[in-house]
Parts: sequence; structure tokens; C-alpha cells
Amino acid sequence: MLELKNVYKTFNANTINEKRALNGLSLKLEEGDFVTVIGGNGAGKSTMMNAIAGTWPLDEGQVLIDGQDVTKLPDYKRAAYLGRVFQDPMMGTAADMEIEENLAVAYRRGKTRGLGWGIRAKEREEYRELLKTLGLGLEDRLRSKVGLLSGGQRQALTLLMATLKKPKVLLLDEHTAALDPKTAAKVLEISDRIIAENHLTALMVTHNMKDAIAHGNRLIMMNNGEIILDIRGEEKQKLTVDDLLHQFSAASGSEFANDRALLS
Amino acid sequence: MVQCRCFFRIKGEEALIVEIMDLIRALPGSVAQGLIWGIMAIGVYITYKLLDYADLSVDGSIGTGGAVAVVLMLGGMNPYLALLCATLAGALAGLVTGLFHTVFGIPAILSGILTQLGLYSVNMRIMGASNKAINVNQYDLLLSLREIPHAILVSVIFVAATIAVLYWFFGTEVGRAIRATGNNANMSRAQGINTNIMKVIGLVISNALVGLAGGLYAQYQGNADVNMGRGAIVIGLAAVIIGGVLFGKLFNNFALRLMGVVFGAILYFVVIAVVLWLGLETTDLKLISALIVALFLAIPYLKGKRAVRRVRKEA
Repeated sequence: MLELKNVYKTFNANTINEKRALNGLSLKLEEGDFVTVIGGNGAGKSTMMNAIAGTWPLDEGQVLIDGQDVTKLPDYKRAAYLGRVFQDPMMGTAADMEIEENLAVAYRRGKTRGLGWGIRAKEREEYRELLKTLGLGLEDRLRSKVGLLSGGQRQALTLLMATLKKPKVLLLDEHTAALDPKTAAKVLEISDRIIAENHLTALMVTHNMKDAIAHGNRLIMMNNGEIILDIRGEEKQKLTVDDLLHQFSAASGSEFANDRALLS
Repeated sequence: MVQCRCFFRIKGEEALIVEIMDLIRALPGSVAQGLIWGIMAIGVYITYKLLDYADLSVDGSIGTGGAVAVVLMLGGMNPYLALLCATLAGALAGLVTGLFHTVFGIPAILSGILTQLGLYSVNMRIMGASNKAINVNQYDLLLSLREIPHAILVSVIFVAATIAVLYWFFGTEVGRAIRATGNNANMSRAQGINTNIMKVIGLVISNALVGLAGGLYAQYQGNADVNMGRGAIVIGLAAVIIGGVLFGKLFNNFALRLMGVVFGAILYFVVIAVVLWLGLETTDLKLISALIVALFLAIPYLKGKRAVRRVRKEA
């Protein structure tokens, strides 16, 4: 469904701050794969997400979505295939627009926008039903400005927007990291349910090793812009945090450098 | 020395009444001016508020609208058709600014300044002089300051039509995509919106309205002048900000917000009339305008700062 072939990306090339963020990264996701991604600070997790989304051009390598080469497509064109949720709850929604307007904008992802009316009555019913499934009471607040919602509510709404039109790949980039633990658990639960119900292919970056083990059918660990560990199926189900830490030092030859991951 | 008709100066009651009558007589003209500039201010609202883009091209494009309308009408063109051409000329100016910004990556403010500067020469070329007069007795003008009630009626119709069209447009798929772009470009691209194209469309519509206002205003005052747009952005901003501060809490509906902007423009010209009546020179107006805008921009900022301090104290 998604394939990265030998992807390289260096930031600030030929300066003192040169940083090779992706170092010949290759990854292949099968349809229905739900992959969790962990790694230390600067391992290249978010860079990989941005490489898939097309935030900037790659130095080398290819990105294929459903067999189609999208390497040259700008981010807004790739959006037709991708659903994205960001770490910052402010990033995924338009604060000054109403809940239903945000959903209506998302509903038209991958479609040419014309001079037809921006929200149809039929959609509104659909939105209300979908919002009900979040269990946050948003179904009665269709006309509220998104800026009035809490971080958790905004993140849940972003999740809904990302999956309103079924994406070929759903990208979740530490999407619960900015939320309090209780809200984070709720948003994760919603993510799990939406992915399962729609049989989505998904990539979820997380700094929480327990979450990485508990969710999805496959886990990859990154270090220095490469994948150093790829565990799936039954083997993944038996993993513990200690296993992961050992495997990390064995594979990378260093200690896992991410306090957040160790403390949570 | 500025001659000031201050109230504390001892004067006869009769003289004062006469002077107040002067002011009241001046007000209908202010309303007409406010309505025409209100259309221009709606254009500024689209870029400044909806697109979050401070577009300075308007200082040039309002003159372009005026120049095109006057020159075409002097050449015998139907006034409605001339006005349409003025609108299109404004749109073209907006397109240039949009392309400077999106294709060539020039920062927003600088793109507008470049267009504005370039338009000075363009406007001179269009008119062939720095000023072109058009006489209401010889030409079939849509409105003129010679007949202010009629001018008010005509501009109210134009304002209403503008608001109606924009209310529809910003409710369409493209219209909402433009608003989303101004609100959160990151989210918009993630939802498949080409934010560059949306910015260009917004700038085109905005400057089209500014061109239209220029065409109307040139007829109203009976001439197009290469300097008629100087400081227009400040008047537009003043209207947007005054409208927002006074009516923002009252009006939640988009059409009403646009009406608030037009009220803001009318209020601005009323304030100017009062200031002139108090005895200031017309050349002082730019300073007054700048101060009014600075004041209204400062209020929300200072209010916010005070709120933060209060929260800190309580914590």
C-alpha cells in the first residue's frame, strides 16, 4: 500500500548544522498494516512522516502509494491519498471555522473544489452520526467554532477529518503527545476503533513504548534515519519494554536516548 | 498655527448653531464616501482578515480602477461597462501581487508594495496625466457629489450587491477553501487544498472590489487622480478594525460582518468630517488616519496584555 525506497534527506546541507535525517530509508506497508514507530530524539520519525506526506522534496529515493509513484507530487496533491493527524492539536483544524465547516473541507479532500455550496444538508446528518461515535458531545455543536474546543476534542475531530474520506494511508505523528494521559488514552482508543472499522493502513509515531507495543500489528524502531528493528505478528504481541530497550542497544550499539519514552 | 474652533472659546450661541449646522450638512457626504470606500474596505477585509495577508497593492489598484473608469467614459463607453473594466483592472493588479508572492516567493507585504509602486506608472500611462477630470454635466455618471442623496442610493445598491455576492461565494467549496487557507494553511494542504491558488484567488477578488470602489469614487468626486489611493490601505484597515471592534461581538454572520466593515468606513469618514469641522487642515488627515488605526490596533493587544497580567496575579 505504501512503499519508501531508499529515501535520503539531509537538512542544512553543507553547513555546520548539516543533519542527515533520513539515511537510505526503505519501508513497505501491506494493506491493512497498522505500524507503530518508535525511536530516540532525532531518529527521523517525523521526517519520515513528512517525506511520505510530501512536505518538501526528497534528496533521493521514491515514495509509492498503492503502486503509484508520488515522489514528485506536492503535499496538497498527495493529500488525496493520505490522512494526517499532527502532534499539535492546533495544526489539524481551522480554529475560526465551525466544526461542520472543518468536516466539509475534509469531506472534499481529493476532489476538485468548485462553486457548489460548501455543505449539503445530507452531509450534516452524516457528520452528526460520526461525531456521536466520538462520545464527546460534539454532535450537538456542529455550528461551534473549532477554536472553542479542547485539545483532545480538536485531536479527535482531526482524526475524523483525516478518515472522513477513506485514506490509503493514515499518518499519526505523535498525535496524543500533547494531551493529558486520560485524554490521550481516549484519543488512542478512538484511533484504534476508526482504523479497525475502516480497515485502514496506518503509521503511528509514538514516544510511548507501551502504546507502541499495545497497538497495531507491527512495530518499527528508528535510529539515525534508518529502521533498525521491524517486529510483527505474534512476536510483537509478546514484546515488553525491556525487550525493546535491549534490542535497541543491540541494534544501534548505544543506549536509547529518549527520556520521554523511558519515563512514560 | 492651526485655527481651532474650540467650544470653550466664548462665542455667541447663534454662531455655534450655524457651525453645528455646517457639520450636519457635511455628514451626508461622509456617508456617501463611507459607502464607496466601504466596498474597498470589504476588499481589505478579504485579504487582511480572511487570508491573513496584509496586501498593500490596494493603494495602487484603487487608482487603477479610477483611471480606467474615467478614461473609458471620456472615450464614450457606457458607465456600467467602464465600471466592469475598472473591476477587472483591479483584479489584474491582485493577480500580479498573488503571482509575486506564490510563484516568486516574495514576502506578502513586499509583493504588495512592488505592485503598488508599479501601478503608479501604469496609472499615469492610462491617464496620460496625473489627473483626469470628468464633468457630470457632459457625461452620464452613475453618481456624483453634486447629488448626494442619489449618490448614497447608488452606493447602497453597490454595497448590497457586493455583500450578497460575497456571502454566496464564501459559502461555496472554493470560498470555504480560501477561508481555510487563511485560517490554517497547514491543515488546508493536508486536506488537499492548493493554498497558493487560494491566496491568488483571494487577492484577485479583493483587488477587483478595490478597483470597483476606485471607479465609483472617481465618478463621485468627478476626477481620477494618480494620488487618490495614497494611504487607502490605512482607510481600509481603519474601517475593518473599527467595524470589528464595534460590531464584532454583535455580528456573527458573515454578511453582517461585511456590513460592519461598511459601517466602520462610514464612521471613519464621519470622524474625519468632525475633525475637519474642528478646524484641522485636510493635509492633517493622513496623520489622523494613521493614529486612529494605530489606536484601534493597540486596543485588543493592550486588553490581551492586561488579561494576562490579571491571570498571573490570580495564580
